[in-house]
This record gives sequence, C-alpha cells and structure tokens, in this order.
Amino acid sequence: MNIIELQDVTFCWPHSAATVIDIERFSLKRGEKLFISGASGSGKSTLLGLLSGILTPSSGSINILQAKFTALSDGQRDQFRADHIGYIFQQFNLIPYLSVIENVLLPCLFSQKRRAQLSNHATEHARQLLSSLKLPDTCINRPVTQLSIGQQQRVAAARALIGNPELVIADEPTSALDTHNRQAFIELLMNQCALTGASLLFVSHDQQLQPLFDRHLALSAINNCEEPANEYL
Amino acid sequence: MSIYNLSYKSLKNRRTTAILTVFTVAISVLLLLAVERIRLQAKQSFANTISNTDLIVGARSGQVNLLLYSVFRIGNSTNNIDWQSYQKIISEPAVKWSIPISLGDSHRGSRVIGTNQDYFKFYQYGKKQPLTFSQGHAFSNMFDTVLGSEVAKRLDYKLGSEIIIAHGISDKKFNRHKNSPFIVTGILAPTGTPVDKSVHVSLAAIEAIHAGGIMTAGGDQNNVNRAAYQPQQITAFLLGLHSKVKSFALQRKINTYRREPLSAIMPGIALHELWGIMSVAEQALQGVAIFVVIAAMLAMLSNLLSSLQERRREMAILRGMGARPLQIFMLLISEASLLTTLGIATGIALLFALLGLFSPLVSREFGLNLSLSMLTSTEWRLIALVQISGMLIGFIPAFNAYRNSLADGMTIKV
Repeated sequence: MNIIELQDVTFCWPHSAATVIDIERFSLKRGEKLFISGASGSGKSTLLGLLSGILTPSSGSINILQAKFTALSDGQRDQFRADHIGYIFQQFNLIPYLSVIENVLLPCLFSQKRRAQLSNHATEHARQLLSSLKLPDTCINRPVTQLSIGQQQRVAAARALIGNPELVIADEPTSALDTHNRQAFIELLMNQCALTGASLLFVSHDQQLQPLFDRHLALSAINNCEEPANEYL
Repeated sequence: MSIYNLSYKSLKNRRTTAILTVFTVAISVLLLLAVERIRLQAKQSFANTISNTDLIVGARSGQVNLLLYSVFRIGNSTNNIDWQSYQKIISEPAVKWSIPISLGDSHRGSRVIGTNQDYFKFYQYGKKQPLTFSQGHAFSNMFDTVLGSEVAKRLDYKLGSEIIIAHGISDKKFNRHKNSPFIVTGILAPTGTPVDKSVHVSLAAIEAIHAGGIMTAGGDQNNVNRAAYQPQQITAFLLGLHSKVKSFALQRKINTYRREPLSAIMPGIALHELWGIMSVAEQALQGVAIFVVIAAMLAMLSNLLSSLQERRREMAILRGMGARPLQIFMLLISEASLLTTLGIATGIALLFALLGLFSPLVSREFGLNLSLSMLTSTEWRLIALVQISGMLIGFIPAFNAYRNSLADGMTIKV
C-alpha cells in the first residue's frame, strides 16, 4: 500500500508564470525509508510544502494515506498534518521557551489523535522515546537552548515520532551535524520509524547518506520542471 | 498544555518586556480607577454634606456662592442678614426649624461658626444623620465651644481646653481676640463633612468678641449680661419646613422680601449646579486617564509587534506541528489578553495598596474619604473596557502573525 501518491502534480507560485514542480508520478510505500536528494533550488522545499499540506498544487492530485489531500480544505490539511505527519526541520527545531518534554509533546497540543495514542502516559512515552534516541535523562529538564545541536535534533526526532504518526518527513535534519553524529542520528531515527512502522521521507543534498536508505531518488529525476531555480528561499 | 499555556510560557520567556508592559497597563488602570474613585467620593461627600434642609437663606448672591460659604465654609458672604428679618422669616407657619449661622472668625485655620443649640438638634448630613457628640455636650454658657472631630484631633484639644478665637479668617497673631478665651465643652463625632473642621460657638459669643472683650472664661461669665450681646446680624440660616411642598412658595417669598435683598436656595439644586461646575475638572481628569490607558495599549501593541519578527521561526515550527493559522492568531490574541489581565490585576492591587496607605492622609488633608470598599459596578465596567480593548489591540499583531504564517508556511525565515 502506498502512503503517498502523486499524479501529474504541477505547482507554480501565485503571480508567477514559472512552474517549479512538475511531477508525473511519485509514490512512497508504507514503512519505506526513502532518500530524496536534490541540490538547493531544485524544488525541495516546495515539494515538502505540498506533501505536508501547506501548499496546494496548481494541478494534479496528491493522496496521502488514501486521503484525497488535494480535495481537503486548508484547515483539514492542517489537521491532517497534525494527526499523521511528524516533521523535522533543518535546525533550530525547538521552541526555546518550552522544556525538552514540552517540546516533545507539542504535537499532542494540535492533534487529538496523537494524544489518544499515548493514553494517559504521555510524559512516560516521551521519556521512553528520548532515552531510546540516546538522550541522557539529565537533559530532560534542561532548557532546550543548553542542548548541543545533535541533542536538539534528537529531541526534534522524538517530537516527530510521538503519538506514532504514519509518515515522518525530515528536511535536511543532519545538515548542522558532523559526520559521526549524522550517521548516529539517522540510525536512531530509522530504528524508531521501524518500531512504529512509520514511513520516512528524508530529504538532503548530502549524497553520502544515500546507502543507509531503502530507496533513493534524485529530485531532478522526477521533477520535469526545466528551471526550478526560483523557488521559495 | 493548551494554546493559553503556550502563550503564557512564551510571555514568560520574554519576561522583561512582558513585565514592563504589564506595569504600563497596571499604572494606566490604577490611574483610571483612582480618578473614578476620587470622582465618586468627591461627589458623594459633596452630596452628603447637607441633608434634609429645605432652604438655605443668605444675603442676595448666586446660589453656588451661598451654598459654598454657608455649608462648605469656602469663601465669604457678600453681606449679612438683619436679625429682625431672620425673626420675621422663621415666624412663617411653614417653618418647622431654623439654624442661624454667623461666620467670619477663625481659630488656627478652622472656621468659627456662631450658631445656637438648634444646630446640634436639626443639622443633618449624609442620609439624614444628625450630629452626635463623641464627648461632652452642646454649649450652654456664652464662652463654651463645641469642636468638630478633626479640629480636636489636629490641635489635640480635650474637653476643658481653652482656645482663643481670632477675628477674620486670616488668623494673624495680632488680631486674635486674646481676652476672650473659650472652653471646649463638646467634641462632635466625625461626619466626613466640613462640620469636622469647624469650631462652634454661640451667636452671643460672636457678638461679645466683636464688642471688645471685657470678660474671661472661667470666672464670672455668667454675670455677663446676655441681652447686651443679643446678635444684631447673622450670615445665613438653614430652614426645615413642615412640608417640602411649601419650599417653592417660601423661596419666592424670601427672594422678594422687601426689607432687604435676600436669596433662598434649595440645597439639592445648588449642589447640582456646583457639581456641574466641577464636572469640567472631573471630565478633564477622566480624559487624561483614558489617554494614559490608550498609551499603555499602544505600548503593548508595539511590544507585541516587535516580538513578531523574531518569532517567525516559532510560528513556522508550530505550523509544522499542524497548528492552523487561526491557532497562531489565537496565540497572539491570548498573549495580548493575558498581558492586559495581568496589568489589570496588578493595577487593582496597586490601587488598594495605595488606598490603604494614603486614604488616612487624603481624609485628613482634603476631607475626602477614599474607602477601601470593593469595586463598584462602574469600576468593573471600566475594567471590562480595558480588557476588551487589550484583546482588540491583540488583533493587530495576531493578524500580522496570521498573514506571516500563511505566507511563510513552514519555511523558516530568520
């Protein structure tokens, strides 16, 4: 079963004639760990915006978890993202004024479904996730600003995984990490995805990471767009 | 955790500016409530000064002027009333009681009122409350005196103290009537009216002082020929009638009294006119308070707006977690509301703290009783207005954040 299905999707920014995304067909299987590589300016951010429901395609259809994403309203797509998608940003993922635990539990604020997954033991779940991501227990009560970048990214991973969303999207999450940390981070992330059965869509320009994944796609190979340079910066 | 919790934590993170904003709002609320309270108390203590008196009569003048000198002991009369006229008017069948008042002397900053025992019997203030004695009794001898509570307290007089009364208001040493000392026989209970600041003596005593003192207190004052000091003139008098309906007829009669030009006024109407004059100052004060509230709201607005730029990342993260633009909107609204609520609470706390500290002083210096009473419905209404305007002000940064988060989506802009 496919968790993501794109068909004939095009996208161009309002008031702009240039098409930045033109994908005939793209899919992601359940439980699959896909690596998408692309140089900056290849339409990565736009694709992720489309997949997470922030942007709507100019034409074509996007199905996520069998839901007709393109037919949903803006608010419904926001709710869908809250319920089913864990998102990891490039860096500075955390809300500075919340504690580690509060950051991890943040998605539950916006999703009843993910809150329900944790039943009454939300904090306990969060602790377990953090410890399986190898974050020392002493970190938990420290202000997030005192954590190292590597630790911060692991907190972000825990936040993406809390409440077992079906899809985890990571947008260059390792770009601020050194080689050693990079490898460790990806392995931990993959292990957790495997445990919860989540599919992982990992976007990076760093080709070295590619062997760690089930499948690899170059964005330029599926994006038929001639000159997607002017994407949102 | 909820959105409100989130906004609370976000504010806590920016606590320096948040606290400053809270204090700005607090001070504006304090000012607004203090002005309201002073206004109300001033109005009330004005209205409470005299009660159950149907007419006040004095030499012809404006009603406000007559009210001011006869009741508030502010300013002076233009002329006196002949004793004969007084006797003639109070012999009207409509008249139930009268209180003669003779002004013009002072004792160490307090006005001296020449009157008779009817003053203690018929004068009423507040809600038809009569005067009561906290110590002693009314004057019976010519050089007895009854003090208002504040005079006794301020000058530390007890029953039996001897005091000297000066002619005129200025109370310079040289014009004190040195040879006519008075003995305190009574001290009135506090009333919150100008009575507290007055020294009361008999009409005969006033005449005697001005006739040139020949007698001293203590000794043989009983031998003083009272008839010799029969008052010739008084300054004003208060009238109580058998029926209020008669007030208009009697008022007209006095105003057209032929032997001398007199004015009769109804205290209620005169008070109303006086308050009308004061209301300009009152409105000016209120206007200033309202502008301070507006300034506080603008300060909060500029604080929230300037924080938005550095919080775009935070908003993008929240959007990534599935927050809707509307929830981002609510986050900002609730921050503005929370700041306003905290400001109001602090303002109220400050108000009561200041009232507790300064109300004895204000009461002593200005005769204004600022009570520590609970907030009135008007005050709650003002508070609600501030709260609502705080929330409405929040719409501006909230709308900005909403627009930003639509435009930015999850792209982090720094």
